[in-house]
Amino acid sequence: MAALAIAGKDLRTEWRTRESLNSAVSFALVILVLFSFAFDLDREERLAISGGLLWLVYAFAGALIVNRSFAREVPNDCLEVLVTAARGWAIFLGKAFACFVLLLIVELISLPIFGLFYNIHWAGSLAALLLVIMLSTWGVTVVGAALSAITVNVRLRELMLPVLLYPLMIPLLIGAMEMTTGLLNGNAVLSDIRLLIVYDVMFTAIALYLIDFILVI
Amino acid sequence: MPRRTIYTLGILGTLLLLYDFYRIFLVIPIDALQGDIFRIIFVHVPAAFTAFCFYGVAVYASIAFLATKNFKWDSMAVSAVEVATMFTLVNLATGSIWGRVEWGIWWAWDARMTSQLMCFLLYLGYLLMRPAIAEPQQRGVMSAVLAIFAATDIPIVFWAIRLHNVRTQHPGPVLETGALAPVYRPPFYGDWLAFVLLATAMMLVRLHQESNRREIDSLRRELHAI
Repeated sequence: MAALAIAGKDLRTEWRTRESLNSAVSFALVILVLFSFAFDLDREERLAISGGLLWLVYAFAGALIVNRSFAREVPNDCLEVLVTAARGWAIFLGKAFACFVLLLIVELISLPIFGLFYNIHWAGSLAALLLVIMLSTWGVTVVGAALSAITVNVRLRELMLPVLLYPLMIPLLIGAMEMTTGLLNGNAVLSDIRLLIVYDVMFTAIALYLIDFILVI
Repeated sequence: MPRRTIYTLGILGTLLLLYDFYRIFLVIPIDALQGDIFRIIFVHVPAAFTAFCFYGVAVYASIAFLATKNFKWDSMAVSAVEVATMFTLVNLATGSIWGRVEWGIWWAWDARMTSQLMCFLLYLGYLLMRPAIAEPQQRGVMSAVLAIFAATDIPIVFWAIRLHNVRTQHPGPVLETGALAPVYRPPFYGDWLAFVLLATAMMLVRLHQESNRREIDSLRRELHAI
Protein backbone atom coordinates (compact mmCIF):
# COMPACT_ATOMS: atom_id res chain seq x y z
CA MET A 1 0.00 0.00 0.00
CA ALA A 2 2.82 2.39 0.90
CA ALA A 3 4.40 1.70 -2.50
CA LEU A 4 1.13 2.56 -4.26
CA ALA A 5 0.76 5.73 -2.17
CA ILE A 6 4.28 6.84 -3.17
CA ALA A 7 3.64 5.99 -6.83
CA GLY A 8 0.36 7.97 -6.63
CA LYS A 9 2.15 10.93 -5.04
CA ASP A 10 4.85 10.94 -7.74
CA LEU A 11 2.30 10.65 -10.55
CA ARG A 12 0.13 13.44 -9.06
CA THR A 13 3.16 15.71 -8.64
CA GLU A 14 4.20 15.01 -12.22
CA TRP A 15 0.67 15.53 -13.53
CA ARG A 16 0.48 18.99 -11.92
CA THR A 17 3.65 20.27 -13.58
CA ARG A 18 4.12 17.68 -16.39
CA GLU A 19 7.75 18.83 -16.60
CA SER A 20 9.35 15.36 -17.03
CA LEU A 21 6.58 14.12 -19.30
CA ASN A 22 6.62 17.13 -21.62
CA SER A 23 10.39 17.24 -21.89
CA ALA A 24 10.67 13.44 -22.44
CA VAL A 25 8.01 13.45 -25.19
CA SER A 26 9.61 16.48 -26.89
CA PHE A 27 13.04 14.88 -26.58
CA ALA A 28 11.76 11.61 -28.10
CA LEU A 29 10.31 13.58 -31.03
CA VAL A 30 13.55 15.47 -31.60
CA ILE A 31 15.56 12.23 -31.59
CA LEU A 32 13.13 10.63 -34.06
CA VAL A 33 13.55 13.62 -36.39
CA LEU A 34 17.34 13.62 -36.01
CA PHE A 35 17.59 9.92 -36.84
CA SER A 36 15.76 10.52 -40.11
CA PHE A 37 18.59 12.90 -41.14
CA ALA A 38 21.34 10.63 -39.81
CA PHE A 39 20.35 7.66 -41.99
CA ASP A 40 19.23 7.72 -45.61
CA LEU A 41 17.42 4.38 -45.72
CA ASP A 42 15.16 2.45 -48.07
CA ARG A 43 12.16 0.54 -46.66
CA GLU A 44 14.00 -2.76 -46.05
CA GLU A 45 16.90 -1.07 -44.28
CA ARG A 46 14.44 0.93 -42.18
CA LEU A 47 12.70 -2.26 -41.11
CA ALA A 48 16.02 -3.91 -40.30
CA ILE A 49 17.00 -1.18 -37.82
CA SER A 50 13.46 -0.28 -36.64
CA GLY A 51 13.76 -1.94 -33.19
CA GLY A 52 17.15 -0.35 -32.59
CA LEU A 53 15.86 3.11 -33.51
CA LEU A 54 12.78 2.81 -31.34
CA TRP A 55 14.66 1.56 -28.29
CA LEU A 56 17.36 4.21 -28.53
CA VAL A 57 14.57 6.80 -28.40
CA TYR A 58 12.98 5.02 -25.43
CA ALA A 59 16.33 4.67 -23.62
CA PHE A 60 17.08 8.40 -24.00
CA ALA A 61 13.60 9.34 -22.83
CA GLY A 62 13.88 6.81 -19.97
CA ALA A 63 17.05 8.44 -18.64
CA LEU A 64 15.22 11.78 -18.51
CA ILE A 65 12.28 10.29 -16.61
CA VAL A 66 14.28 8.35 -14.01
CA ASN A 67 16.67 11.26 -13.45
CA ARG A 68 13.86 13.21 -11.74
CA SER A 69 12.61 10.25 -9.71
CA PHE A 70 14.64 10.69 -6.51
CA ALA A 71 15.97 14.14 -7.42
CA ARG A 72 12.52 15.69 -6.88
CA GLU A 73 12.79 14.70 -3.19
CA VAL A 74 16.05 16.58 -2.63
CA PRO A 75 14.68 20.13 -2.13
CA ASN A 76 13.34 20.58 1.43
CA ASP A 77 14.92 17.22 2.44
CA CYS A 78 11.75 15.34 1.47
CA LEU A 79 13.66 12.07 1.08
CA GLU A 80 14.55 12.06 4.77
CA VAL A 81 10.88 12.44 5.65
CA LEU A 82 9.88 9.69 3.22
CA VAL A 83 12.42 7.31 4.75
CA THR A 84 10.86 7.77 8.19
CA ALA A 85 7.33 7.24 6.80
CA ALA A 86 7.82 4.10 4.67
CA ARG A 87 10.12 1.14 4.26
CA GLY A 88 12.96 1.41 1.72
CA TRP A 89 11.57 -1.24 -0.61
CA ALA A 90 8.14 0.45 -0.64
CA ILE A 91 9.68 3.82 -1.55
CA PHE A 92 11.75 2.18 -4.26
CA LEU A 93 8.88 0.15 -5.74
CA GLY A 94 6.57 3.19 -5.67
CA LYS A 95 9.11 5.36 -7.46
CA ALA A 96 9.98 2.65 -9.99
CA PHE A 97 6.28 2.11 -10.72
CA ALA A 98 5.65 5.85 -11.21
CA CYS A 99 8.62 5.99 -13.64
CA PHE A 100 7.25 2.90 -15.39
CA VAL A 101 3.85 4.57 -15.96
CA LEU A 102 5.43 7.83 -17.13
CA LEU A 103 7.84 6.14 -19.53
CA LEU A 104 5.05 3.94 -20.85
CA ILE A 105 3.02 7.09 -21.65
CA VAL A 106 6.02 8.57 -23.50
CA GLU A 107 6.50 5.31 -25.41
CA LEU A 108 2.84 4.98 -26.37
CA ILE A 109 2.82 8.57 -27.66
CA SER A 110 6.04 8.17 -29.66
CA LEU A 111 5.21 4.71 -31.11
CA PRO A 112 2.58 5.96 -33.63
CA ILE A 113 4.78 8.96 -34.50
CA PHE A 114 7.68 6.57 -35.15
CA GLY A 115 5.41 4.46 -37.40
CA LEU A 116 4.27 7.57 -39.23
CA PHE A 117 7.72 9.13 -39.74
CA TYR A 118 9.42 5.90 -40.81
CA ASN A 119 6.46 4.31 -42.60
CA ILE A 120 6.50 1.22 -40.40
CA HIS A 121 3.33 -0.77 -39.65
CA TRP A 122 3.25 -1.73 -36.00
CA ALA A 123 -0.47 -2.21 -35.29
CA GLY A 124 -0.53 -5.81 -36.60
CA SER A 125 1.73 -7.06 -33.81
CA LEU A 126 0.44 -4.70 -31.14
CA ALA A 127 -0.27 -7.26 -28.39
CA ALA A 128 3.18 -8.88 -28.56
CA LEU A 129 4.81 -5.47 -29.01
CA LEU A 130 3.09 -4.18 -25.88
CA LEU A 131 4.34 -7.18 -23.92
CA VAL A 132 7.93 -6.52 -25.05
CA ILE A 133 7.56 -2.79 -24.35
CA MET A 134 6.16 -3.38 -20.86
CA LEU A 135 8.80 -5.96 -19.86
CA SER A 136 11.64 -3.83 -21.21
CA THR A 137 10.26 -0.63 -19.72
CA TRP A 138 10.13 -2.24 -16.28
CA GLY A 139 13.79 -3.22 -16.73
CA VAL A 140 14.74 0.34 -17.70
CA THR A 141 12.81 1.90 -14.82
CA VAL A 142 13.90 -0.54 -12.11
CA VAL A 143 17.59 -0.10 -12.95
CA GLY A 144 17.05 3.61 -13.60
CA ALA A 145 15.27 4.20 -10.29
CA ALA A 146 18.03 2.36 -8.39
CA LEU A 147 20.73 4.44 -10.10
CA SER A 148 18.64 7.57 -9.57
CA ALA A 149 18.74 6.81 -5.82
CA ILE A 150 22.50 6.14 -5.95
CA THR A 151 23.30 9.35 -7.85
CA VAL A 152 20.82 11.63 -6.08
CA ASN A 153 23.52 13.44 -4.11
CA VAL A 154 26.27 13.15 -6.70
CA ARG A 155 27.73 16.28 -8.27
CA LEU A 156 26.89 16.41 -12.01
CA ARG A 157 24.01 13.99 -11.40
CA GLU A 158 22.48 14.59 -14.84
CA LEU A 159 25.75 13.47 -16.41
CA MET A 160 26.59 10.58 -14.07
CA LEU A 161 23.22 8.83 -14.35
CA PRO A 162 23.42 8.12 -18.11
CA VAL A 163 27.11 7.15 -17.79
CA LEU A 164 26.11 4.42 -15.32
CA LEU A 165 22.68 3.57 -16.71
CA TYR A 166 23.37 2.87 -20.38
CA PRO A 167 26.12 0.24 -19.92
CA LEU A 168 23.95 -1.56 -17.35
CA MET A 169 21.00 -1.53 -19.77
CA ILE A 170 22.92 -3.07 -22.70
CA PRO A 171 21.68 -6.70 -22.25
CA LEU A 172 18.09 -5.48 -21.88
CA LEU A 173 18.36 -3.14 -24.87
CA ILE A 174 19.85 -5.89 -27.05
CA GLY A 175 16.90 -8.17 -26.18
CA ALA A 176 14.30 -5.43 -26.61
CA MET A 177 15.78 -4.25 -29.93
CA GLU A 178 15.97 -7.74 -31.41
CA MET A 179 12.45 -8.66 -30.26
CA THR A 180 10.98 -5.39 -31.55
CA THR A 181 12.74 -5.64 -34.91
CA GLY A 182 11.52 -9.24 -35.19
CA LEU A 183 7.93 -8.26 -34.39
CA LEU A 184 7.92 -5.35 -36.85
CA ASN A 185 9.33 -7.64 -39.54
CA GLY A 186 6.98 -10.49 -38.68
CA ASN A 187 9.76 -12.95 -37.79
CA ALA A 188 10.09 -12.63 -34.01
CA VAL A 189 11.34 -15.52 -31.89
CA LEU A 190 9.12 -15.27 -28.82
CA SER A 191 11.45 -17.40 -26.69
CA ASP A 192 13.89 -14.45 -26.70
CA ILE A 193 11.49 -12.83 -24.24
CA ARG A 194 13.16 -14.96 -21.53
CA LEU A 195 16.12 -12.58 -21.59
CA LEU A 196 13.83 -9.67 -20.70
CA ILE A 197 12.14 -11.64 -17.91
CA VAL A 198 15.47 -12.80 -16.42
CA TYR A 199 16.83 -9.22 -16.53
CA ASP A 200 13.68 -7.81 -14.88
CA VAL A 201 13.58 -10.42 -12.11
CA MET A 202 17.33 -10.25 -11.42
CA PHE A 203 17.59 -6.46 -11.20
CA THR A 204 14.33 -6.07 -9.27
CA ALA A 205 15.63 -8.57 -6.69
CA ILE A 206 19.09 -6.95 -6.42
CA ALA A 207 17.62 -3.44 -6.20
CA LEU A 208 15.08 -4.44 -3.52
CA TYR A 209 17.83 -6.12 -1.51
CA LEU A 210 20.23 -3.17 -1.70
CA ILE A 211 17.83 -0.23 -1.53
CA ASP A 212 17.85 -0.01 2.28
CA PHE A 213 21.60 0.53 2.20
CA ILE A 214 21.14 3.35 -0.31
CA LEU A 215 18.27 5.16 1.40
CA VAL A 216 19.19 4.70 5.07
CA ILE A 217 22.80 5.75 5.53
CA MET B 1 50.86 -2.90 5.10
CA PRO B 2 54.67 -3.11 5.44
CA ARG B 3 56.57 -1.56 2.56
CA ARG B 4 58.71 -4.70 2.36
CA THR B 5 55.70 -6.83 1.34
CA ILE B 6 54.89 -4.46 -1.52
CA TYR B 7 58.49 -4.47 -2.78
CA THR B 8 58.73 -8.26 -2.46
CA LEU B 9 55.52 -8.82 -4.43
CA GLY B 10 56.54 -6.26 -7.06
CA ILE B 11 60.03 -7.70 -7.57
CA LEU B 12 58.76 -11.30 -7.62
CA GLY B 13 56.05 -10.41 -10.12
CA THR B 14 58.48 -8.52 -12.39
CA LEU B 15 61.07 -11.32 -12.35
CA LEU B 16 58.44 -13.96 -13.09
CA LEU B 17 57.03 -11.80 -15.89
CA LEU B 18 60.49 -11.33 -17.43
CA TYR B 19 61.18 -15.06 -17.23
CA ASP B 20 57.79 -15.75 -18.85
CA PHE B 21 58.39 -13.25 -21.62
CA TYR B 22 61.67 -15.05 -22.30
CA ARG B 23 59.76 -18.36 -22.55
CA ILE B 24 56.93 -16.83 -24.62
CA PHE B 25 59.13 -15.09 -27.18
CA LEU B 26 62.18 -17.36 -27.37
CA VAL B 27 61.34 -20.86 -26.14
CA ILE B 28 57.80 -22.04 -26.93
CA PRO B 29 57.02 -23.27 -30.46
CA ILE B 30 55.03 -21.08 -32.83
CA ASP B 31 51.32 -21.84 -33.44
CA ALA B 32 50.88 -23.57 -36.81
CA LEU B 33 47.76 -21.63 -37.84
CA GLN B 34 48.15 -18.17 -36.33
CA GLY B 35 51.89 -17.49 -36.47
CA ASP B 36 53.56 -15.06 -34.10
CA ILE B 37 50.43 -13.11 -33.16
CA PHE B 38 49.37 -16.20 -31.20
CA ARG B 39 51.84 -15.19 -28.46
CA ILE B 40 49.51 -12.36 -27.45
CA ILE B 41 47.22 -14.92 -25.77
CA PHE B 42 49.77 -15.15 -22.92
CA VAL B 43 49.00 -11.55 -22.03
CA HIS B 44 45.39 -11.28 -23.21
CA VAL B 45 43.83 -14.14 -21.22
CA PRO B 46 45.88 -13.84 -17.98
CA ALA B 47 45.03 -10.10 -17.95
CA ALA B 48 41.32 -10.98 -18.07
CA PHE B 49 41.70 -13.65 -15.35
CA THR B 50 43.57 -11.15 -13.16
CA ALA B 51 40.91 -8.49 -13.75
CA PHE B 52 38.15 -10.87 -12.68
CA CYS B 53 40.09 -11.98 -9.57
CA PHE B 54 40.26 -8.33 -8.51
CA TYR B 55 36.66 -7.56 -9.44
CA GLY B 56 35.89 -10.48 -7.11
CA VAL B 57 37.97 -8.82 -4.37
CA ALA B 58 36.10 -5.55 -5.01
CA VAL B 59 32.68 -7.20 -4.70
CA TYR B 60 33.72 -9.04 -1.53
CA ALA B 61 35.08 -5.80 -0.03
CA SER B 62 31.93 -3.91 -1.07
CA ILE B 63 29.66 -6.45 0.65
CA ALA B 64 31.93 -6.33 3.71
CA PHE B 65 31.72 -2.52 3.75
CA LEU B 66 27.91 -2.59 3.60
CA ALA B 67 27.87 -5.11 6.47
CA THR B 68 30.45 -3.43 8.73
CA LYS B 69 30.74 0.21 7.52
CA ASN B 70 34.47 -0.14 8.13
CA PHE B 71 36.33 2.17 5.71
CA LYS B 72 39.14 -0.33 5.38
CA TRP B 73 36.82 -2.33 3.07
CA ASP B 74 35.86 0.73 1.04
CA SER B 75 39.54 1.47 0.40
CA MET B 76 40.10 -2.14 -0.59
CA ALA B 77 37.15 -2.06 -3.00
CA VAL B 78 38.28 1.07 -4.83
CA SER B 79 41.90 -0.12 -4.98
CA ALA B 80 40.82 -3.48 -6.41
CA VAL B 81 38.50 -1.84 -8.97
CA GLU B 82 41.28 0.47 -10.17
CA VAL B 83 43.69 -2.43 -10.69
CA ALA B 84 41.01 -4.64 -12.28
CA THR B 85 39.91 -1.87 -14.66
CA MET B 86 43.49 -1.39 -15.80
CA PHE B 87 43.86 -5.13 -16.51
CA THR B 88 40.51 -5.10 -18.35
CA LEU B 89 41.90 -2.36 -20.57
CA VAL B 90 45.03 -4.47 -21.23
CA ASN B 91 42.73 -7.39 -22.10
CA LEU B 92 40.61 -5.27 -24.47
CA ALA B 93 43.63 -3.66 -26.15
CA THR B 94 45.49 -6.94 -26.73
CA GLY B 95 42.27 -8.59 -27.96
CA SER B 96 41.77 -5.77 -30.41
CA ILE B 97 45.32 -6.09 -31.76
CA TRP B 98 44.85 -9.85 -32.18
CA GLY B 99 41.52 -9.24 -33.96
CA ARG B 100 43.15 -6.81 -36.40
CA VAL B 101 45.68 -9.45 -37.44
CA GLU B 102 43.40 -12.52 -37.41
CA TRP B 103 40.04 -11.06 -38.48
CA GLY B 104 41.22 -7.94 -40.30
CA ILE B 105 39.21 -5.64 -38.01
CA TRP B 106 40.02 -3.92 -34.73
CA TRP B 107 36.64 -4.59 -33.17
CA ALA B 108 33.70 -6.98 -33.68
CA TRP B 109 30.50 -6.41 -31.71
CA ASP B 110 30.16 -9.98 -30.58
CA ALA B 111 28.82 -11.08 -27.20
CA ARG B 112 32.15 -11.64 -25.42
CA MET B 113 33.75 -8.38 -26.54
CA THR B 114 30.64 -6.30 -25.92
CA SER B 115 30.09 -7.72 -22.43
CA GLN B 116 33.76 -7.18 -21.54
CA LEU B 117 33.61 -3.59 -22.82
CA MET B 118 30.42 -3.14 -20.78
CA CYS B 119 32.29 -4.37 -17.69
CA PHE B 120 35.05 -1.84 -18.35
CA LEU B 121 32.55 1.01 -18.80
CA LEU B 122 30.58 0.09 -15.66
CA TYR B 123 33.63 0.09 -13.41
CA LEU B 124 34.94 3.21 -15.13
CA GLY B 125 31.61 4.78 -14.11
CA TYR B 126 32.28 3.56 -10.55
CA LEU B 127 35.66 5.31 -10.56
CA LEU B 128 34.14 8.48 -12.04
CA MET B 129 31.32 8.58 -9.51
CA ARG B 130 33.44 8.31 -6.37
CA PRO B 131 35.08 11.76 -6.45
CA ALA B 132 31.65 13.30 -7.17
CA ILE B 133 30.32 12.35 -3.70
CA ALA B 134 31.74 14.52 -0.95
CA GLU B 135 30.53 12.74 2.20
CA PRO B 136 32.75 9.66 2.89
CA GLN B 137 30.06 7.39 4.37
CA GLN B 138 27.71 8.13 1.47
CA ARG B 139 30.53 7.65 -1.05
CA GLY B 140 31.37 4.27 0.46
CA VAL B 141 27.78 2.99 0.46
CA MET B 142 26.89 4.21 -3.05
CA SER B 143 30.14 2.86 -4.48
CA ALA B 144 29.62 -0.51 -2.79
CA VAL B 145 26.09 -0.81 -4.18
CA LEU B 146 27.28 0.20 -7.64
CA ALA B 147 30.14 -2.33 -7.51
CA ILE B 148 27.59 -5.07 -6.78
CA PHE B 149 25.28 -3.88 -9.57
CA ALA B 150 28.19 -3.79 -12.03
CA ALA B 151 29.25 -7.32 -11.03
CA THR B 152 26.08 -8.70 -12.66
CA ASP B 153 27.97 -8.31 -15.95
CA ILE B 154 30.74 -10.75 -14.93
CA PRO B 155 28.64 -13.94 -15.41
CA ILE B 156 27.57 -12.56 -18.80
CA VAL B 157 31.24 -12.23 -19.84
CA PHE B 158 31.89 -15.78 -18.61
CA TRP B 159 28.91 -17.37 -20.38
CA ALA B 160 29.20 -15.31 -23.60
CA ILE B 161 31.46 -17.93 -25.23
CA ARG B 162 29.91 -20.94 -23.52
CA LEU B 163 26.24 -20.75 -24.52
CA HIS B 164 25.52 -22.33 -27.90
CA ASN B 165 22.75 -19.85 -28.82
CA VAL B 166 24.85 -16.70 -28.28
CA ARG B 167 26.30 -15.07 -31.40
CA THR B 168 30.06 -14.81 -30.99
CA GLN B 169 33.14 -15.02 -33.17
CA HIS B 170 35.48 -14.92 -30.17
CA PRO B 171 37.49 -18.16 -29.79
CA GLY B 172 36.00 -20.62 -27.30
CA PRO B 173 37.45 -21.38 -23.86
CA VAL B 174 40.98 -22.75 -24.16
CA LEU B 175 41.62 -24.27 -20.75
CA GLU B 176 38.71 -26.57 -19.97
CA THR B 177 38.45 -27.83 -23.58
CA GLY B 178 42.14 -28.70 -23.82
CA ALA B 179 42.57 -26.35 -26.81
CA LEU B 180 45.75 -24.99 -25.23
CA ALA B 181 48.51 -27.57 -25.72
CA PRO B 182 50.34 -28.72 -22.54
CA VAL B 183 53.58 -27.07 -23.74
CA TYR B 184 51.90 -23.65 -23.59
CA ARG B 185 50.45 -24.05 -20.12
CA PRO B 186 53.47 -23.21 -17.88
CA PRO B 187 54.05 -19.72 -19.40
CA PHE B 188 50.27 -19.16 -19.45
CA TYR B 189 49.83 -19.86 -15.74
CA GLY B 190 53.18 -18.19 -15.02
CA ASP B 191 51.95 -14.96 -16.61
CA TRP B 192 48.73 -15.13 -14.65
CA LEU B 193 50.66 -15.55 -11.40
CA ALA B 194 53.01 -12.68 -12.34
CA PHE B 195 50.05 -10.41 -13.11
CA VAL B 196 48.33 -11.34 -9.83
CA LEU B 197 51.54 -10.59 -7.87
CA LEU B 198 52.00 -7.23 -9.63
CA ALA B 199 48.30 -6.36 -9.28
CA THR B 200 48.40 -7.19 -5.55
CA ALA B 201 51.45 -4.93 -5.13
CA MET B 202 49.62 -2.11 -6.97
CA MET B 203 46.50 -2.66 -4.87
CA LEU B 204 48.53 -2.46 -1.67
CA VAL B 205 50.14 0.81 -2.80
CA ARG B 206 46.67 2.22 -3.52
CA LEU B 207 45.37 0.94 -0.15
CA HIS B 208 48.18 2.81 1.56
CA GLN B 209 47.36 5.98 -0.41
CA GLU B 210 43.66 5.66 0.40
CA SER B 211 44.29 5.36 4.13
CA ASN B 212 46.57 8.44 3.95
CA ARG B 213 43.89 10.31 2.03
CA ARG B 214 41.25 9.43 4.63
CA GLU B 215 43.53 10.67 7.37
CA ILE B 216 44.16 13.96 5.55
CA ASP B 217 40.40 14.35 4.94
CA SER B 218 39.57 13.86 8.62
CA LEU B 219 42.32 16.33 9.67
CA ARG B 220 40.94 18.85 7.18
CA ARG B 221 37.44 18.35 8.59
CA GLU B 222 38.71 18.85 12.13
CA LEU B 223 40.45 22.03 11.04
CA HIS B 224 37.24 23.32 9.47
CA ALA B 225 35.33 22.51 12.66
CA ILE B 226 37.80 24.58 14.67
